[in-house]
Amino acid sequence: MIEVKDIHKSFGDHHILKGVSATFHKGQTSMIIGSSGSGKTVFLKCLLGLFSPEQGDICYDDRYYSKMTLSEKRELRKEIGMVFQGGALFDSETIEDNIKFPLKMFTDQSGEEMKERVNFVLNRVHLENVNNKFPAELSGGMQKRVAIARAIVMNPKYLFCDEPNSGLDPQTAIVIDNLIQEITDEYQMITIINSHDMNSVMEIGEKIIFLKQGLKEWEGSYKTIFKTDNKAVTDFVYSSNLYKKVREAYNKS
Amino acid sequence: MKYLQNIGLYFIMLGQVFKKPQKVSVFRENLFKEVEELGLKSLGIVAFISFFVGGVVAIQTALNVDSPWIPKYLIGFATKRSIILEFAPTFMSIILAGKVGSYITSSIGTMRVTEQIDALEVMGVNALNYLVLPKVIAAVFFYPFIVLLAMFLGIFGGWISGFMTGLFISDSYIEGVRLDFQPYLIRYALIKTMVFAFAISTIPSFYGFYVKGGSLEVGKASTQAVVWTSIVIILLNYFLTQMLLG
Repeated sequence: MIEVKDIHKSFGDHHILKGVSATFHKGQTSMIIGSSGSGKTVFLKCLLGLFSPEQGDICYDDRYYSKMTLSEKRELRKEIGMVFQGGALFDSETIEDNIKFPLKMFTDQSGEEMKERVNFVLNRVHLENVNNKFPAELSGGMQKRVAIARAIVMNPKYLFCDEPNSGLDPQTAIVIDNLIQEITDEYQMITIINSHDMNSVMEIGEKIIFLKQGLKEWEGSYKTIFKTDNKAVTDFVYSSNLYKKVREAYNKS
Repeated sequence: MKYLQNIGLYFIMLGQVFKKPQKVSVFRENLFKEVEELGLKSLGIVAFISFFVGGVVAIQTALNVDSPWIPKYLIGFATKRSIILEFAPTFMSIILAGKVGSYITSSIGTMRVTEQIDALEVMGVNALNYLVLPKVIAAVFFYPFIVLLAMFLGIFGGWISGFMTGLFISDSYIEGVRLDFQPYLIRYALIKTMVFAFAISTIPSFYGFYVKGGSLEVGKASTQAVVWTSIVIILLNYFLTQMLLG
């Protein structure tokens, strides 16, 4: 379980996070939503340890981040998998080397074992015959799948995704969503996704946290988001006519 | 004020760079890659420039030494001294600052703006140590060989230019090259090269690592890195010459 306790983060005079608390559970896909500038990315980067909150703490399975030594923080990061918005694949390395990278850095596996593991995770994200290709030779959706493969190659306990569907067509986006949910369920990970994509939110948001101006405005799930009366949430989620109609139809039924 | 902040940040960066590599086998692999990228791939341009600049120095000296009282071997002697003392270590380092410096800043800067450095940090990798240390070691220990090659080719280019122009004869040039040979001057040149190599590998890394924005900012950072590396080389050259020869 990840417990976020009243975290605050500022950059100069800008108070970005003004005391956010949340709990994330094993085997659950959680979505962080909110408009641009609401603090989603900063929140995610605090969870990743890329930013240190000025106040509050984050507890990863009874380990408080603020009390960890540098080496404990490094150990924790080995338990984290991250899918970046643009994939963040190393473009000078082949797909195989990209996925192999965490294994080479942090394990003593032989070349054969590493190759076997790489092929296993590539297979898991439904990719074949891409081992010797470079990231630039793959489509956006395939790059995202490689990024997921790299994120899960070390069997992480925690998976973080920053806008995993950005720039993808709706069909590929659904493939990525389903893949993330399957993997979360299969490996019993804690998955936290930062997203703007309302399709994903409605599809896989077992827990949804809505941030507004650095505060948690609302918390629920894809089941309760249809019924909420919170104006900020409804204005954000049902901003398009299509979603307004979907909501009306859902509530009537 | 910003300059002082940057200088402080540069030294903080060095503190992170000079740590024990997390995995020696990965470090070794990266080191060989960097020797190829920063060193072997610069050999062509270094050889070309050294050869022709050596020739030009010899021709210029020959054209300016037309008094019958000045011995002809002075052409070889002056060419050798100017190449060993300044041309090979300093001029070559400034050329490498342009070629290699812009490569380092743009490659690390692109990694920064495309979140590849964030990816390394999230994995628990010390990104500065992983990316910069192999570059520093490769440059500091490989550039002296490049400079030795530049010295040889510069002097050789001067000798060839005598043949081509007929301005001086081979024997007198070789006599000048052999005259008053001081091994300390080679050591001096190599010490300077190692210090310059440190600047060439760390200053562009600093600009690349801390770049913010997109591709335009990476381009600007590359230009700044080359300018500042050249300035630092010129200043260091002044102080090192004073310290080692003064």
